[in-house]
Amino acid sequence: MNIRIKVNGEERSVDVAGADSLLTVLRNGLDLPGTKDACEQGECGSCTVIFDDEAICSCLVMAVDADGSEVTTVEGLGSEDDLHPFQEAMLAEGGVQCGFCTPGVVVAGSHLLAENPAPSEIEIREALSGNICRCTGYGAILRAFETVTREDA
Amino acid sequence: MTTGTTAEVRGGIGTSVRRPDGTPKVMGNFAYASDLSSEDMLWGATLRSPYAHARLTRLDLGPAIAMAGVRAVLTQDDVPGELTFGQEEQDQPVFCDGVARYWGEPVAVVAADDEETARRAAAAIIVEWERLEPLTDPEKAVEDGLSFREMKIRRGDVDATGSVVVEGIYETATQDQAPLGPEAGFAIPDGEGGLDLYITSQWIHVDHRQIVACLDMPDDSVRCHPAGIGGAFGSREDISLHIHVAMLSLATGLPVKMVYDRTESFAGHVKRHPSYMTYRHEADADGNLVKVTARLLLDGGAYAHTSRAVLANAAFFTVGPYRCDNVVVDAAVAKTNNPPAGAMRGFGAVQTCFASESQMDLLAAELGVDPLALRRQNALLAGDPMSTSGQIIEGSLPTLEVIDAIEAIPLPDALDDGDDPRLLPGGTGLTTPSSAVVRGVGYAVGLKNLAFSEGFDDFAEARVVMTPAGVEVHTAAMEVGQGLVTVCQQITRTVLGTEKVAVVWDDTSQIGSAGSTSASRQTQMTGGAVHAAAVGLRAQILAAHGGDELRGDGVYRDGGRIATIEDVCAGGPVDHHVQFRHPETFPPDENGQGDVHAGFVVAAHRAVVDVDPELGLVRVVRIDTSQDVGTALNPQAITGQLEGGIMQGMGLAIMEELVIDEGIIRNPTFTDYLIPTFLDAPAVETRIIEAGDHWGPFGAKGIGESPTISSTPAVVAAIRAATGRPLTRVPVRPEDIAGI
Repeated sequence: MNIRIKVNGEERSVDVAGADSLLTVLRNGLDLPGTKDACEQGECGSCTVIFDDEAICSCLVMAVDADGSEVTTVEGLGSEDDLHPFQEAMLAEGGVQCGFCTPGVVVAGSHLLAENPAPSEIEIREALSGNICRCTGYGAILRAFETVTREDA
Repeated sequence: MTTGTTAEVRGGIGTSVRRPDGTPKVMGNFAYASDLSSEDMLWGATLRSPYAHARLTRLDLGPAIAMAGVRAVLTQDDVPGELTFGQEEQDQPVFCDGVARYWGEPVAVVAADDEETARRAAAAIIVEWERLEPLTDPEKAVEDGLSFREMKIRRGDVDATGSVVVEGIYETATQDQAPLGPEAGFAIPDGEGGLDLYITSQWIHVDHRQIVACLDMPDDSVRCHPAGIGGAFGSREDISLHIHVAMLSLATGLPVKMVYDRTESFAGHVKRHPSYMTYRHEADADGNLVKVTARLLLDGGAYAHTSRAVLANAAFFTVGPYRCDNVVVDAAVAKTNNPPAGAMRGFGAVQTCFASESQMDLLAAELGVDPLALRRQNALLAGDPMSTSGQIIEGSLPTLEVIDAIEAIPLPDALDDGDDPRLLPGGTGLTTPSSAVVRGVGYAVGLKNLAFSEGFDDFAEARVVMTPAGVEVHTAAMEVGQGLVTVCQQITRTVLGTEKVAVVWDDTSQIGSAGSTSASRQTQMTGGAVHAAAVGLRAQILAAHGGDELRGDGVYRDGGRIATIEDVCAGGPVDHHVQFRHPETFPPDENGQGDVHAGFVVAAHRAVVDVDPELGLVRVVRIDTSQDVGTALNPQAITGQLEGGIMQGMGLAIMEELVIDEGIIRNPTFTDYLIPTFLDAPAVETRIIEAGDHWGPFGAKGIGESPTISSTPAVVAAIRAATGRPLTRVPVRPEDIAGI
């Protein structure tokens, strides 16, 4: 069947199979490979997107249920000349190593900051507890949050 | 080391410069192997054995071949060349050769027009098995002569005795590297019968050797390209889907993409060896180690992979960073039907560090002395003989400095009734009053070798090219996330005095091997090659123009510029190509003696834990570390390695375990294999100890593995301190703490 989604501000129309997840459609149908596929069980957060104002795992949303929705992926977050401040902070603080979790982390992180510009450390940890990073041990990502929240304060 | 460069250059060594691949990674447009695609590509999928040991009695590919959209179905019968592959021993069939020897062994692969069809076709293959008894007991395997390697170490007086004796039996479970990026490969036919391969790897040249042998193709008709990698930690040191995706592409004449799902990934790469270790430490009444006796048994699973090297590390690091003149080690790595084991961060040394550090704490308790005082008293230092091999330690070994530094980091405040309940063991689910929560502190110190050992011809190639637009560094070393790309730039900038340096990843046809991205080796090996190539290039340019200094804008003599970079490159780009080797190592003799290692690195960890002793819940409050780095080339990248490695060490200490029953992994998903999250991650304070070293670039040492070695025993020591439980197995389970 055909579904319509507003992705990163652009109306898109795409054919999907019944079993396709939103993640599969983003990566394979809409040519947006920035959203990563790492567990397909909603455990690791690599596929986090903003789906109708909620940060969700796109592997857990059936594509057919995304019909008529609005989705923001990592590709819609910032441009090379105008990165989101949290993307910038991730670079400055060394929050990126292999980078496979990074799209999910920056999407979840920027969403948290939009909802709560000055989250406490425990609020950050809770909000991102669904985003697994295997490389950094999370310290540098927490420091990236610190710089953003400090600048905003 | 002199650089001949007087001008300070931005982004040189010692600075925390940003990584060049960071921007594409935060924007989501960095191309990982699993992101590659083309219009006409097919998707590959794999059929696997559901049993750990079974004879294939029927294999009917017909239903898969008959499906619309299926282009090829291949099995062991279709392998054109060598039927087996392997990095150390060529013992693993490309596909099941009639008997499956581990759970998940590939039986057939399918190429189809789309991913769903490929997976459905693989599932449609009719396969019947006669189940065989899986050999899952490594002890029995070794008794039956089934081992990949057995070795012994005999040093000093084997009959020596000490008046203070502690003994223990230790066990480490199977840990998975669990990199977030799955195994992925993209094969593209070149139209002339050859292939270009983009596959997740830690060492494309060693992959290439095995791939061309199994494809029976000339070396130059297959090119392995460095692909974007989502973490590795040892999991990509061996072949996974490489030969399969290449065969599918050759069979169909089309590009083929394969990506493992998470469960396949758990089945499809090697694990950290589970281990069973019996230890006896003997000391004199003053606490001087007199003798260490150990029996080490690792389970290598079904095929050899890197088991030989892992066993050697376990054996040579039996005693840890301590002097001991009398050492007896008997070590074996068994061949079983359990999941194949291979390299994981700290390979071999992780297992024995857990046992030997536990023993040092036991010995301190028996002697009634402070555990750190005992470690200082026996500390192995530069110039000492290794307790196991007898090799005299060259270069630096700041064992005392790392112990002093870890002890000097302030301890956190005591647990307080007013603490956020989310920070207690079990979080808000805690049912125990916070007053019943017990705090514990534990220390551990770990030793590891650097780069490859035992006489292996270990080298790395690099080529540095001066062009009018800037300097290019050519290498085939795999960047898996650790930041080698940045270090290569930094070294080159410092040597050549220019900020404009780009790393160019060459394929296997364009440059020689960089060796493996493993064994903490690339900063020293590829970094060493890049350094030597840059130094050679600078000398070449200065000699050609009669200069005495090279800067970003040209060649200088007596402070005045005598040639611009354009002048230097007037005849075309100028390059220098180097094959770099570390100090020669030698195979051990029959008693495990000899100069087997190229260098050493030491680190210490201190863990602080809060434990609910009734429910057996643990919250790791903090893990601090002091790390010998030789010279810090990029402090921020080092901190990232230390923090990330600690998390994997903590994972092995309290949560990460593949549950294996009848050779079958029962928890091959991220739902059931638990990895530390943001909520589990403790605070970390790091201390970087710079004592230089004898052969790394600018005196740098590799530090990728140390963080994962002594962090595990430090956490367990802290839980022991809180509970008094013996805790001889990792990961520590709630029932081990609660004593159920």
